[in-house]
Amino acid sequence: MSALVAVLVLPLAGALATVALPGRAARIAASTAIAATLAAALALAAWVAARGVPRLEIGGWAPPVGIAVEADGLAAAMIVMTATVMAAAGLSARHMLAPGAAGARAAFGFWPLMLLLWAALNAVFVSRDLFNLYVGIELLSLAAIGLVAIEGKAAALAAAMRYMIFALAGSLLYLAGVVLVYAAHGALDAGLLTDRTPARTDGLALALMTVGLMAKTALFPFHVWLPPAHGGAPAPASAMLSALVPKASFVILLRLWFDVMPDQATEGALALMAALGTAAVIWGGLAALVQERLKLIVAYSTVAQIGYLFLVFPLAGGASAEMPWAAGAWNGAVFLALSHGLAKAAMFLAVGQWMAARGGDRLEDLRGIATAMPMTAFAFALSSITLVGLPPSGGFTAKYLIMTSAFAAGQWGWALVMAGGGLLAAAYLYRPVAVIFARAEVPDSPLPSRGRQVVPLILAGAAVALGIASAAPFDLLSTGRPQAAGEGL
Amino acid sequence: MTLALDATLCGLIVAVALATVLGRGVFRAIVFFIVYGLLLSVAWVRLGAVDVALAEAAIGAGLTGVLFLAAVGKLARTGAEAEPAPGRPHLPAALACAGLTGALAWAWFALPEPERPGSDLAAALPRAGVENPVTAVLLNFRAWDTLLESIVLLAALVGLWLLARDEDWHDRLGLPQHVRPGGVMESFGRLLPPVGVLVGIYLVYIGADRPGGAFQGGTVLAAVGLVAALAGLIRTPRVTGHLWRAAMVVGPLVFLAAGVAGAALGAGFLTLPEPIAGGAIFAIEIALASSIAVTLAFLVIGPPERGHRR
Repeated sequence: MSALVAVLVLPLAGALATVALPGRAARIAASTAIAATLAAALALAAWVAARGVPRLEIGGWAPPVGIAVEADGLAAAMIVMTATVMAAAGLSARHMLAPGAAGARAAFGFWPLMLLLWAALNAVFVSRDLFNLYVGIELLSLAAIGLVAIEGKAAALAAAMRYMIFALAGSLLYLAGVVLVYAAHGALDAGLLTDRTPARTDGLALALMTVGLMAKTALFPFHVWLPPAHGGAPAPASAMLSALVPKASFVILLRLWFDVMPDQATEGALALMAALGTAAVIWGGLAALVQERLKLIVAYSTVAQIGYLFLVFPLAGGASAEMPWAAGAWNGAVFLALSHGLAKAAMFLAVGQWMAARGGDRLEDLRGIATAMPMTAFAFALSSITLVGLPPSGGFTAKYLIMTSAFAAGQWGWALVMAGGGLLAAAYLYRPVAVIFARAEVPDSPLPSRGRQVVPLILAGAAVALGIASAAPFDLLSTGRPQAAGEGL
Repeated sequence: MTLALDATLCGLIVAVALATVLGRGVFRAIVFFIVYGLLLSVAWVRLGAVDVALAEAAIGAGLTGVLFLAAVGKLARTGAEAEPAPGRPHLPAALACAGLTGALAWAWFALPEPERPGSDLAAALPRAGVENPVTAVLLNFRAWDTLLESIVLLAALVGLWLLARDEDWHDRLGLPQHVRPGGVMESFGRLLPPVGVLVGIYLVYIGADRPGGAFQGGTVLAAVGLVAALAGLIRTPRVTGHLWRAAMVVGPLVFLAAGVAGAALGAGFLTLPEPIAGGAIFAIEIALASSIAVTLAFLVIGPPERGHRR
């Protein structure tokens, strides 16, 4: 129980401290907050695994008067993944933002924004209240926009501005849907809304909320803000933005379509969401194939990977919800979100170290970098395995679950998307992997310490370990699921 | 009579909104936008939502309008074209907006009659520690939302400061203001602040029982600081001013500390036990109002800038 409060409070307290305290003290406060929140996240997951779902009615006021938060298996798993990525990004940023290495402006802004982003993510993952979720994604978006702008160059500011327009439009649409829900039912709590009598406006409310959240998740065709924003930010910021931020709005979509309003899920709407996901897989994959800058390849790969996540809707929603394959598809999508987060963060952190050594991220600049920095190159290769979906990675487990669900459901078209997307990923990741492992004259440049090089490797290793030891996260995920999610395939 | 008043008000709101969107000229659009905000706040008064009216007038019309005016002024100074060339309307955007408007209009007819707030809320109110139901919801029932909202402001300010140039980081916030000695702005700047400070503090103080509170009072106090800065009576601080930074976080910090204290003492996170709820809410509101005032004023003043540079 106290771990649940701690994952919400600690990053907030850390953020306030980093704003108020001067340079050195702010860095110490940030490190302390990161370590403490990581510990709290692990404690929370251990609690959930051992004792079930902790629930907290904040202020002692039960809904509909107050706000309830709950850490079910999905929330706990996302919180642990987030903590892992945040700790790695924080370790990488410590060196990048050391006094003298970066300007005072970036050194001031990074820590509060990072901790606020973390607090907002945790708040979204556990919230059971539709308006509280709105506040959470607002905080999330503002912190993320600040992180995009932190580079300070004209291109970064333009990317941040474009991101802001999409994010705010998404927020407004989501809020309009929440207003309709409250007007019709007088309640905002997910549990109360599950038991509501459906109203005529529910379909419109769900549609508005969904479109708003899709814009924030960067689902095709709302993806245009993502590549410049993620490609232009400093590497630790890109890692957080690409690995974590889209997952928050995706988790809200899961809750809306599977917990709050499953009765509104028509076959057409579910298929449309998966069709947009399919377009994202194809478009993101093709765009990644033609990029010359490695960070943009990695960013477009996020567009494609987000597309896979939306295949869960026809496979586990609507008429499929009661079917034995639903649990497999649902678990597969969450597994994909987790392993993509770890692998994508590893990739961005690795690329960041190479950019620091070679002064750029054009593929030609990075030729033969594996000879100089084998650990990070290995991390990149391991992450590629997860993104392509090869065994024994977490990405493989996820894709296997979704594909078997698709075949069991007789919706084999979605399985084709999975397979085709995997081939595309193999194609666009082959180019960077081939370049970095190529034999080449290695220019002499100062290298980061081994301690720093090992950080992306740990993340990539975790993404693979998720596939090898999938039983424990699997049990955690099924905690608090309404249906018997552990069963199925 | 009241029907005629309401109909006129609605007609005016729509007309001013159209003038804002359709009219040529950014400056004119901003003026219409400010009028639009003031009309909206009158509408909120007519609907009996005085708290919302106060917030709309102070933030929607006042601060947002000042922000827009400052942005236009800055565009003109940097030589950028403030007036966009007249272009054709963006068809997809127009269609999307029309569709959304149609859907919301349909929803207005499809929705059931709005009910009074439920019996649960009525039962909870006497235990909230304050009489103003809006304050009870904001600082007690849904305190977690309000805590996060107060931090959203802080995130916005940190983001804004990141827009500064690296070489300007240690300069004062915003551009230096020059006013004619004895001119309108200077005398205005001497006259208004004492009254404004009184109104701002009163709004925070009265918030527990009647319309008002930290957000409305804090906005008025921010406006006082802005007027004083615009009149050249005070110099804006620097980003590195640690007292100011402490003022920015004191509100959320006191709020968070109260929440954690509740959890530590066994009452629960953000739980205000009934006997002390009123006092605790008052203390939190005072701290919040200080932070909101400083943060909003800094948001309008803008990031640190060196004067007279191109």
